[in-house]
Amino acid sequence: MTAMTDTQPDEGFRLSQLIYDTRYRSITIQIIALICVLVGIGWLVNNAVTNLAEAGQDFNFDFLGNVAGYDINQKIIDYDSQMTHGRATLVGLLNTLLVAVLGCITCTIIGVTMGVLRLSNNWIVQKLATVYVEGFRNVPVLLWIVLTMGVMIKIPPDPRQFRSGDASMMLWDSVAITNRGVYVPRIMYESGSAIVVGVLLLSIAAIFGFRHYARKQQEATGKILPVLWVSLGLLFIPAILAQVVMGSPIGLQNPYFRGFNFTDGVHLRNSLIALWLALSLYTGAFVAENVRAGILAVSKGQSEAAASLGIRPSRIMNLVVLPQAMRVIVPPMISNYMNLTKNSSLALAIGYMDLTGTLGNITRNQTGREMECVIMLMAIYLCLSLSISAVGNWYNNSVKLKER
Amino acid sequence: MKKSVFFGAVATAGLLAGAASAQTLAEVQDRDSLRCGVTTGLVGFAAPDETGEWEGFDVAVCRAVAAAVLGDGSKVEFIPTTGSTRFTALASGEIDLLARNTTWTFSRDVDLEFEFVGVNYYDGQGFLVRKDLGVTSATELDGATVCIQTGTTTELNLADFFRANGMSYEPVPIETNAEAQQQYLANACDVYTTDASGLAATRAAFEAPDDHMLLPEIISKEPLGPLVRHGDNVWGDIARWTLNALITAEELGVTSENLEEMMAGTDNPEINRLLGTEGNLGEMLGLEADWAANAIAVAGNYAEIFEANIGEETAIGLARGLNAQWTDGGLLYSPPFR
Amino acid sequence: MSDTHANTIAFVRETQLPPSPPPAAETGAIKWVRENLFSSILNSILTLLSLLVIFMVLKGMVPWFWNSTWNANSLSECREAGTGACFAVIRERWPQFFFGFYPSTEYWRPLLTFVLLFPALAPILFNKVPQKALFFTLLYPFIGYWLIWGGSLGGPVATLLGVVVAYCVYRTLVAQAPVIALLASVAAVVIWMLFINGFAADALAGVFGAGLEEVDSRNIGGFLLTMILGIVSISLALPLGILLALGRQSDLLIIKAICVGFIEFIRGVPLITLLFVASVLLSYFLPPGTTFDLVLRVIILITMFAAAYLAEVVRGGLAALPRGQYEAADSLGLDYWQAIRLIIMPQALKISIPGIVNVFIGLYKDTTLVSIISMYDPLGVVQPILADSDWNGILWELYGFVALFFFISCYSMSQYSRYLENKLRTDHR
Repeated sequence: MTAMTDTQPDEGFRLSQLIYDTRYRSITIQIIALICVLVGIGWLVNNAVTNLAEAGQDFNFDFLGNVAGYDINQKIIDYDSQMTHGRATLVGLLNTLLVAVLGCITCTIIGVTMGVLRLSNNWIVQKLATVYVEGFRNVPVLLWIVLTMGVMIKIPPDPRQFRSGDASMMLWDSVAITNRGVYVPRIMYESGSAIVVGVLLLSIAAIFGFRHYARKQQEATGKILPVLWVSLGLLFIPAILAQVVMGSPIGLQNPYFRGFNFTDGVHLRNSLIALWLALSLYTGAFVAENVRAGILAVSKGQSEAAASLGIRPSRIMNLVVLPQAMRVIVPPMISNYMNLTKNSSLALAIGYMDLTGTLGNITRNQTGREMECVIMLMAIYLCLSLSISAVGNWYNNSVKLKER
Repeated sequence: MKKSVFFGAVATAGLLAGAASAQTLAEVQDRDSLRCGVTTGLVGFAAPDETGEWEGFDVAVCRAVAAAVLGDGSKVEFIPTTGSTRFTALASGEIDLLARNTTWTFSRDVDLEFEFVGVNYYDGQGFLVRKDLGVTSATELDGATVCIQTGTTTELNLADFFRANGMSYEPVPIETNAEAQQQYLANACDVYTTDASGLAATRAAFEAPDDHMLLPEIISKEPLGPLVRHGDNVWGDIARWTLNALITAEELGVTSENLEEMMAGTDNPEINRLLGTEGNLGEMLGLEADWAANAIAVAGNYAEIFEANIGEETAIGLARGLNAQWTDGGLLYSPPFR
Repeated sequence: MSDTHANTIAFVRETQLPPSPPPAAETGAIKWVRENLFSSILNSILTLLSLLVIFMVLKGMVPWFWNSTWNANSLSECREAGTGACFAVIRERWPQFFFGFYPSTEYWRPLLTFVLLFPALAPILFNKVPQKALFFTLLYPFIGYWLIWGGSLGGPVATLLGVVVAYCVYRTLVAQAPVIALLASVAAVVIWMLFINGFAADALAGVFGAGLEEVDSRNIGGFLLTMILGIVSISLALPLGILLALGRQSDLLIIKAICVGFIEFIRGVPLITLLFVASVLLSYFLPPGTTFDLVLRVIILITMFAAAYLAEVVRGGLAALPRGQYEAADSLGLDYWQAIRLIIMPQALKISIPGIVNVFIGLYKDTTLVSIISMYDPLGVVQPILADSDWNGILWELYGFVALFFFISCYSMSQYSRYLENKLRTDHR
């Protein structure tokens, strides 16, 4: 087919070349594809515009400035029912971020522990870890969330049992576990607490300085300084001294029972705990698998070589195996964090007021702005996911094997 | 029961407005069944039993309309809807009639473009508490934990009520009545608030209903009624007058038991007109002459339906209250059949 | 030599001594316990802790199971009969967990569909099955649709005819111009669906008679719904995912950009927002007056969701192929589609099969999300039971049952995928 154009190159451009000449065909295909996609999008948008027009609706985000009218129980920033839908959305977004960050931290801890335990030479521990991983991986996360919520509601005592004495607070009357959530002491800052906080910050800076010095020292002389103990000492001793000297400006306010509920403590609501716990345990099972695969991916020769150099087993893990395993572990870890953040939208099922609960449910229902709310919801989640993967990729590049 | 202010359905309303106007009756007759939107499950109002058969107060309205139009009260397809899907379903033509304790409000009637054909239950938002909580009035609820269905008007009423009385509360948002029940019974919330009728129905499903009580305050007006799409007045008239026929039947003493003998002809011309033995009211609606008789024959008149599903003899145990005939001091007042 | 030997040494043992038994601590169960449970102090502590955990769990679970009640009509009857679990609710409601509100006289239809699934899948899963069996696989969607939704056989047969016509068009034209043949067959399908299908269905309905009782989508629920959503979506998503993966790997910039945009968008948003789109937004984007079934709308969105994830899996398979395979195909003079069809895809798909199975497992679990948009999947079915005054307050038995079902199906699928992974691993490690 192309033979003709090859033998008669002088004939110039002909229309059939657009299909039969491989040089032009790719452009033709791309343009056709682009036109198809644009026409498709145009068709969808046109339909939406027609439908909205017929319904006498418009497409704008003014409703975000209107009074929301509903209350939100968990708010990190100030909010009441007279504030706007935009403010409610922000409250929801912060709640999403809160549970996502908490979840990512705990799922990493759980996952790494379980991943290492699955490779343990202790038979029973290994089997238990396997049961955990398979159990959580193979049951839908939504089921775990509602089930955890059920446990939170049905098992702990209700607040009034504390009044009647059927249940009591834990840890010297500082923590109350009720079926409405867990109440923990609130940190009270009185005058002079700025100094204590300042001392704490200075100690942290000093710790970093010391670690840097210790590393330099080790590289120069080979002497290993006791980093851990010194760090711990630096962290606690000056701060405690400052606290004592200033007359305990930072105190704890224990929750106590009054009226219908506990007051004056920090209230970790059932919905937050259930969502946090279920997401961490579920995602932790996936993390455990990745960690296990990462450790197994480091060839046995590496640890054998390290052992032949006389390095202790714990240091082999820390200095030889884990750094290499990290390269395998990190990329799937990023997608696990992304999944956890996206799955936090299932908060809707247990009434945790995250972004989906406020913008995606109540605001959507109360204002009837379906299109705007769902589009905004998707856009925000998309931004969250993209930023997580951007941070992840940046980290991944920094631990990647540098080929020279 | 859910009364979400779900203006979004407007769009879909417009979407089908052209196609659906003035032909619902023909469609229903062609299909030989009525599609009726009900709640996903509220004992007494609409809930499937274990064989999947729907029963309840709202269900009876659906069956009456089906009987009036098709002559058979069993020719109904029940479509369960949630607070947020009900208006879309009606607007898109998926259902012909929505009987899902929906509050008649200005914006729903005017802005969402629906036609409320009447009120089959006058309701208001109430509070359900345990008796041993020691609370006798809603004004004593400062600091309480309140279970509330999200996306409903009750949520907004609640916020307003507590703000107006200068009290604080902890809202526990939940999605369905069943979840609310779980949380309330486990004492995860002190108070459950929604329509008083819904509370009564919920309480009736408890193992020990007597341990719980409704507080005397009713903090809002909630006239609940069936609704149809704007723009099809023929169909709207049929639904409206079927409901009125049930109410009038009670007023005139026509029951499912004495229907047969009344059909033979009575001295009261209004009964005769209602039952189609005199005049041509059925023909005016585009239905058979005995349409109203068919509607009444399914489950009886308004009083019979009320007593059988939610009345004092049932587990739900609602008193007639506002829902008594106007002659008995209630608000039920049907325009005359003439 | 041997003589001197014999004379100088008084005694030489001619046979070897039987080995003495190893010390008691080094044999059998004791050795195993020592090595596997108490090899170090840390391990001993871990073992004891694990035993404690197991004991606590068993202490809670065993009496609960042991004292369970299977025969009761309500929770209060259960509580009177025993102190343990109340499985009577499962006994009473199991049809809803499996079939939703599907008419009880017609349960054989979904069951038959499920049984037929295996012969339909056999030619794909096992290469020993004769390839002729693929015909049944191709017919299966039509059979399955007819069995589950019922109605006259006319509809599915008419659609099948349309597909056959399109295939004939493709076959007659493919020799001259493959691209045109493809476009023509797509056009044939569209024309058939828009203009001819209705008449053909009516005509054939006359031939076949009324057929099975029609079942509405909203009556389909329980695990049946999970299966339908999962299987239909994944089978539709696979071709779409392959195309997206090829697009993402391609040199054509615009096509690549479109594919990357689509994939990253879908993977960046939670499934629940896509389900919101299906339940409330999709009707905005279609021509005025179009409405269709919620199940279909959900399938469309889940398919898009699965396609994006599958595309990434297939892309991994494509990337794993050595460059030489592409070059070999080029040197044989194959055009792009021939190379993809004959050389690249068979290898890439083989590599990605475990990944595909994993996507399917994920998707299968994620179908529970439809309960949030009030469809009666296994989790959704729990709601009306909780609302029932007879079973008010029951929770663990219901969720436990659903969890058990999902665990069994997902675990067996993941074991299958692990088996495949081992079987297909042809490189020598």
